[in-house]
Amino acid sequence: MSLIILLLVWGINGNVFDTSNNDDSSITVALASNTVVDSLERLKSSKSPAPPTKVLPKDKPNDAGGSIIVTWIKSADDVEGDELVKEYLIFRSGTLDGEFELIGTASKGFEKFVDGTTIDGTRYYYMVKASDGVLHSQPEISEAVSSSAQWFHTGRINMLVATLIISFLILWFIRQAKSGKEIYIRPIAGLEAVDDAVGRATEMGKPIMYIPGIMDMDNMQTIASIIILGRVARKAAQYETPLLVPCCRSIVMSAAQETVKEAFLDAGRPDAYDADKISYLTDDQFGYAAGVDGMMLREKPGAIFYMGAFYAESLILAETGHSTGAIQIAGTAMPSQLPFFVTACDYTLIGEELFAASAYLSKEPLLLGSLKGQDMGKAILIAILVGGVILVSLGFTKIIAWLTTG
Amino acid sequence: MKKQIPLIITFIAGMVMVLQFFIPHKPFSDLQQLFNSWFLIITVFAMILGLGNLLKVHTKRLQRKPKGWWYSIVLLAGFTVMFIAGMVWGIERGTFFDFLFWNVHLPMSSMMFALLAFFVASASYRAFRARTPEATLLLVSAILVMIGRVPLGNYIWDKLPLIGDWIMSYPNMAGQRAIMIGIALGIVSTSLRIILGIERTYLSGK
Repeated sequence: MSLIILLLVWGINGNVFDTSNNDDSSITVALASNTVVDSLERLKSSKSPAPPTKVLPKDKPNDAGGSIIVTWIKSADDVEGDELVKEYLIFRSGTLDGEFELIGTASKGFEKFVDGTTIDGTRYYYMVKASDGVLHSQPEISEAVSSSAQWFHTGRINMLVATLIISFLILWFIRQAKSGKEIYIRPIAGLEAVDDAVGRATEMGKPIMYIPGIMDMDNMQTIASIIILGRVARKAAQYETPLLVPCCRSIVMSAAQETVKEAFLDAGRPDAYDADKISYLTDDQFGYAAGVDGMMLREKPGAIFYMGAFYAESLILAETGHSTGAIQIAGTAMPSQLPFFVTACDYTLIGEELFAASAYLSKEPLLLGSLKGQDMGKAILIAILVGGVILVSLGFTKIIAWLTTG
Repeated sequence: MKKQIPLIITFIAGMVMVLQFFIPHKPFSDLQQLFNSWFLIITVFAMILGLGNLLKVHTKRLQRKPKGWWYSIVLLAGFTVMFIAGMVWGIERGTFFDFLFWNVHLPMSSMMFALLAFFVASASYRAFRARTPEATLLLVSAILVMIGRVPLGNYIWDKLPLIGDWIMSYPNMAGQRAIMIGIALGIVSTSLRIILGIERTYLSGK
């Protein structure tokens, strides 16, 4: 069969292998009859596509090694609406005169391919051909290049600088606080109300409910929430008010139990600690919402705290809490849930206030110093934002690259 | 030592995670994945604690019979049925467990989610009462965005969708980004406090 096809090709075009004027060009002849006809038509009527130029492989920057980026300038025949180039074929070889192995393809219009299968330190030659599906262009072979791992991510220099500046500011203000310098922190209504909420629940003889969000301990908001829980638990222990903490994650439950236990111990009321009040409900989002709603309606808490990461269940919880008449304080760094909490709760800690809560409630100079440093960092960022807007408006667009993280 | 060992572990783990962000070279490049794997392993073991707590709390409720104790029967029965179904017949497609999941669990979850529509209505009613200038601003913005997003808005005035889009793309986006910047700084500050051992509330530090 193959022989018949070869003879057919030969008969029609004389010497098909001369159509591209290139000995290295490969021709695919499919066995299916319609493909053969297409191929023959193509061979009769057209030439192979123009090759891509300037094939340039280079080690992929800022990675752990094992990758080379191959770039090229697309074929002159790679134009919109023309089918002369359908894809680019990327070949690789360890030696210039060795056998090149096909390692991947790139679609028409693309000028880049990432080879993620290299061995660090081994030199590779790359060859790129344009293809119309039947005929391939003359190959363009690159210089040899090898991949390697980097010890520093140069695309993150700006992040490193920002981290160092903010860390320096925080540490500097902590030092100031240590030396006895008085630090002013603006009043945060939601945090001022924490004591009132605990006091109110105590006066009403009702429990306090603390909801630490629905995310696990690998979420910063949950960590911040557990820290605040420690402060709230200490107050609850002092006032001898029951504290209910329904949890959505097992690890959060364990962390909350330890935190509340230590807080009760610190407050001199270890006897009042009840581990069963810090309970696990379910990992399921709406199952958790249903469970907490049920607890709210049965226990009728005097104060409810929502601190942590929340999603769609935020309003279901907060509206149910609102219907029980409890004083509600929420805090989250989920911008899309903030409007729901603002609407349904008496006080809401917005974004950064959640992370400031522990320091604010403790009134400890060291922690307040870190808050001051954080505020100074914010002031610097605002200055950069305003300055950046002005510079970009004046045509100095380099600043965009400076502030973009790789 | 009870406090110092957790503080040392926190410091090392925190600093390693900061370093791996800036160092792409091995072994740092693999550390995040490694730590995530460790976290998953801990989570699986903690799940046993969670289930134990759940069963303990609700068994106690049955013994003490406080208000609404019969809900604990539903919970324990549901737990037992799902557990046995999963253990005996497996959890693959077409099993009894799968049937319960699709026909009991999922509809109930959807029902809870659907309740959100009514809660949004009641919350909006309270929020949109134009008692203060801020609430009035909220009301006007919300009406413009809502009407601009439905075909009726375009029918009333073809510029309404553009106004709605402008409110979402500029004032709303600016506000959200301002909050995000604050959150990022808050996370850096809190992380630094925890890594350096300044924040010790979780260790009973005062």
